[in-house]
Amino acid sequence: MRTYDCDVVVVGGGSTGAGVVRDVAMRGYSTILVDRADLGQGTTGRYHGLLHSGGRYVVSDPHSATECAEENTIVTRIHADAVETTGGLFVSVPEDDLAFSDDFLAGCQKTGVRVTEISVADALKREPRVNPKIQRAFLVEDGTVDGWQMVWGAARSAQEHGAKILTYTAVVGIEKQGDAVTAVRCIDRRSGEDVTISCRFVINAAGAWSHHIAELAGCHDVEVVPGRGIMIAMNHRLVNTVINRCTYPADGDILVPVHTVAIIGTTDVRADDPDELPIPHNEVQQMLDCGEVLIPGFRQARALHAWSGARPLVKDARVSAQDTRHMSRGMSILDHQARDGVSGILTIAGGKLTTYRLMAKNIVDRMCEQLGEERDCRTADEAVPNSTPGKNYVVTHRLHDREADRRDDQIICECELMSRSMLVKAMHADPMASMDDLRRHLRLGMGPCQGGFCSLRATGIGCAEGIFDADTGNARLKEFLSHRWIGLWPILYGDQVRETALDEWIFQGLLDIDHLPEEKVVFEPVPLNAGAQAAQADAKPETTEVSR
Amino acid sequence: MSTKKDPKSLTESERRQRDADRRKKVAVSQHGPKVLTLSLKEPDVFAAQQLNRASLDHCVKCTICETACPVLAVTPLFSGPKYVGPQAERFRHGESVDHSLDYCSSCGLCTLACPQGVNIAELNSMARAVMKADHMPIRDFLIGETVLMGKVMTPIAPIANAALANKPIRIAMEKIIGVHRDAPMPTAQSQSFVSWAKHHKRPAGPAPRGPVVFFHGCAGGYFEVQTSIHTVEVLEYLGFEVIVPTQGCCGLAQQSNGLFTQARKTVTKLCRQLRAAGQDLTIVSSSGSCAGMLKHEAHEIMGVDDPALIDVSTRTRETSEFLMELEDAGTLPHSFQRIDMTVPYHAPCQLKDQGMGMPAIRLLELIPGLKVVESGEGCCGIAGTYGLKKEKYDVAQAVGQVLFDMVIDTNPELAVCDTETCRWQISKSTGVPTVHPVSLIHRAYGLGD
Repeated sequence: MRTYDCDVVVVGGGSTGAGVVRDVAMRGYSTILVDRADLGQGTTGRYHGLLHSGGRYVVSDPHSATECAEENTIVTRIHADAVETTGGLFVSVPEDDLAFSDDFLAGCQKTGVRVTEISVADALKREPRVNPKIQRAFLVEDGTVDGWQMVWGAARSAQEHGAKILTYTAVVGIEKQGDAVTAVRCIDRRSGEDVTISCRFVINAAGAWSHHIAELAGCHDVEVVPGRGIMIAMNHRLVNTVINRCTYPADGDILVPVHTVAIIGTTDVRADDPDELPIPHNEVQQMLDCGEVLIPGFRQARALHAWSGARPLVKDARVSAQDTRHMSRGMSILDHQARDGVSGILTIAGGKLTTYRLMAKNIVDRMCEQLGEERDCRTADEAVPNSTPGKNYVVTHRLHDREADRRDDQIICECELMSRSMLVKAMHADPMASMDDLRRHLRLGMGPCQGGFCSLRATGIGCAEGIFDADTGNARLKEFLSHRWIGLWPILYGDQVRETALDEWIFQGLLDIDHLPEEKVVFEPVPLNAGAQAAQADAKPETTEVSR
Repeated sequence: MSTKKDPKSLTESERRQRDADRRKKVAVSQHGPKVLTLSLKEPDVFAAQQLNRASLDHCVKCTICETACPVLAVTPLFSGPKYVGPQAERFRHGESVDHSLDYCSSCGLCTLACPQGVNIAELNSMARAVMKADHMPIRDFLIGETVLMGKVMTPIAPIANAALANKPIRIAMEKIIGVHRDAPMPTAQSQSFVSWAKHHKRPAGPAPRGPVVFFHGCAGGYFEVQTSIHTVEVLEYLGFEVIVPTQGCCGLAQQSNGLFTQARKTVTKLCRQLRAAGQDLTIVSSSGSCAGMLKHEAHEIMGVDDPALIDVSTRTRETSEFLMELEDAGTLPHSFQRIDMTVPYHAPCQLKDQGMGMPAIRLLELIPGLKVVESGEGCCGIAGTYGLKKEKYDVAQAVGQVLFDMVIDTNPELAVCDTETCRWQISKSTGVPTVHPVSLIHRAYGLGD
């Protein structure tokens, strides 16, 4: 059993948790973040990559719009390596009511969202694939952000300020003395070891799972409603600017160019369990139809992968429990002292990735208030490590890097231009990393072949480097491919069918992958108790087991 | 190089040594000529760009294109068509960062080989145009000016030829403008084709097969004058009236050097000129690659949609293609004299790209006694102007080497090839005189001198 002692435990390694642990650490508290899986494996890694200008909310939620506009500038500066300043367009397609575009423009002015109306001709010149029948176009400061890159940046920054980050560490209990929280009990899912962290305060940033954590502290009936949305990544950037429909927020109204792909999203349906998020056929078709409205010929383009994410929406008494689209996108802080009589714990839910820093600031402010201490937030002042303000991400960066080293360094993932040294470095940095962990760091298997070629190479290299033996390598490979399948089958049409067929011939015909020898070691099961569901480590459809 | 031996007299072991030496040369990075910045505003090539860019979606990473690429086979300086085409294109937006794509010779064999329909070579050509918009070497600008070259060299043909054969001058040329000292150069003729045509007396009597338009191209106008004359005489022998309208360049050299703005203007102007010669007339050309520019490249690579191009492109035939259409219709006379000979034949990459097979082989085999051996090689290396360039010369020579050896081994006296620069490359590298197929037809019909 391991024990730690710190001021603040942050539960949840998504954007909110990472923002909180950075903020807490920068205010001089000792702090530990725990997550049952890898960083950014929940909602943060399952969204469309949009860094909002605020334009989306100027009519429906003006307060959020202003927050987005302000935070966009800050995030672009402090996470330059994660943010691409693509700009965004709001376009009125023929189906859209032009009256809304007037409200939109007025809303932008009211909320401080910077906007310029440009001519349809100029809009089409900038983005030639956009529907030529658009009636109006507005340029805003939307950007795109890599959620993982942002979370790691915040986590690295927190570590530089003394924080500890424990991934694959699931919370199984929260101890109290009287009504005050005193410690968090966890289990290290990779070693099976018990971990106890004594603390003064717990910030629950478990997102769609936060009601389970609250429950462990004896705070009942927290209603976080997972609002499920699907997204589809298209094989290449059909546009280089974020394209929004100039309408009241609706399904499938955003197309986002992020990294090498363009992502269409999203839907909004109440989910019962954030660990069980389907990608229904009808929603896939709906997204493709929406894409066609923005980009004629969208259905002829190649879809690469689909996924589903769950927004952690806090139940709003004003709207029906089923209508997640119209629940507030704003952040909610649950004060458990006032609400449940439990001190030393706060829950934060809702909000948007764009405003993650502000959410962290607000909840840490509240914590300081409860602790009776005055410490100022400094998270907007300094950039995270490895990020230089003004030097934002550009899509050409890997092509640029490979141009320099292409003749000395083998390219392992051809689609995403990942070199052998990048892979070897990441494998040595975390020998326990699953192929999915490597994927999030390196984009391994995220391109057109979806792992068809690169995953074999990566497995071989892992063995050659002595990271794992053949049986373990086989198990990791199969696990990876089975996870890739989850996002492939819903969009199997057109060009991606050919790719998948070729991949299958290689895996089944050439390698007989189903009969490769492998050694399975399942994660230590997490004890079933009141909070077990929270800790139910089996993050479906992500990692259910990892072999050693 | 004075120490260079006649390629025909090399032994097998000397050939091996030569190949090994060259492999070393093409394995090290070589710098291109000084880069001048010309402010070229790229025109809107949206239609072609979108068509080509969209085609990257078809790539399944099978790597067949890489096995077809003649450049990748001989040097690691080029990353290969799959890398530069459908892979790199996903990362392109804004500044051009992958300048090594310029090692692509634009031979187009990747597009031809792709079983999925990715316009690989076209993607590369477009990316090159974007790159060159900011980094245009003055040389690449100059060698696109083929008409200018012909106009300057023809009146001073003996001096021009002597200068191009003069080593110190060639070394200076290499240093100043980056054209390799050993690269094949056209031979200036004292009479241009147009001047010949002016004085040419048409056969008496009516032309029973009616008129056709002859498109001679720049090389056929100034340097390969004989090929143009042979073509006209064969067509007239067959009973056609040959119309030679005033015509400029097709812009292929500009296009393959990334000068889209100029090339679009050039090709559109040419199409108007050819169209003015008469409606619905077949346009015959013995410039295989220039015919390809009209048939598909101007539209597919640069997105030229001018009605004149669309009209002209469907009416254009390469000479062998045209003669085989007559043969297939049963109207090509078989009055050939016997030529007892075996000749190596190389179908240029830019001819293969036209997707018409190799009509020259069937045509030549109509000549009694003539045996045609197809080279089996993708590209001779020159690829228009690629092999002239200082930093590409060794690569181009390595690409063509198997072909050169095959030509020498098949017939050291005569080789056959359909395009001008390829003929210059083959004869310069092998010492074997190389002619257009129409020259053999001309001879077999007894039209020779």
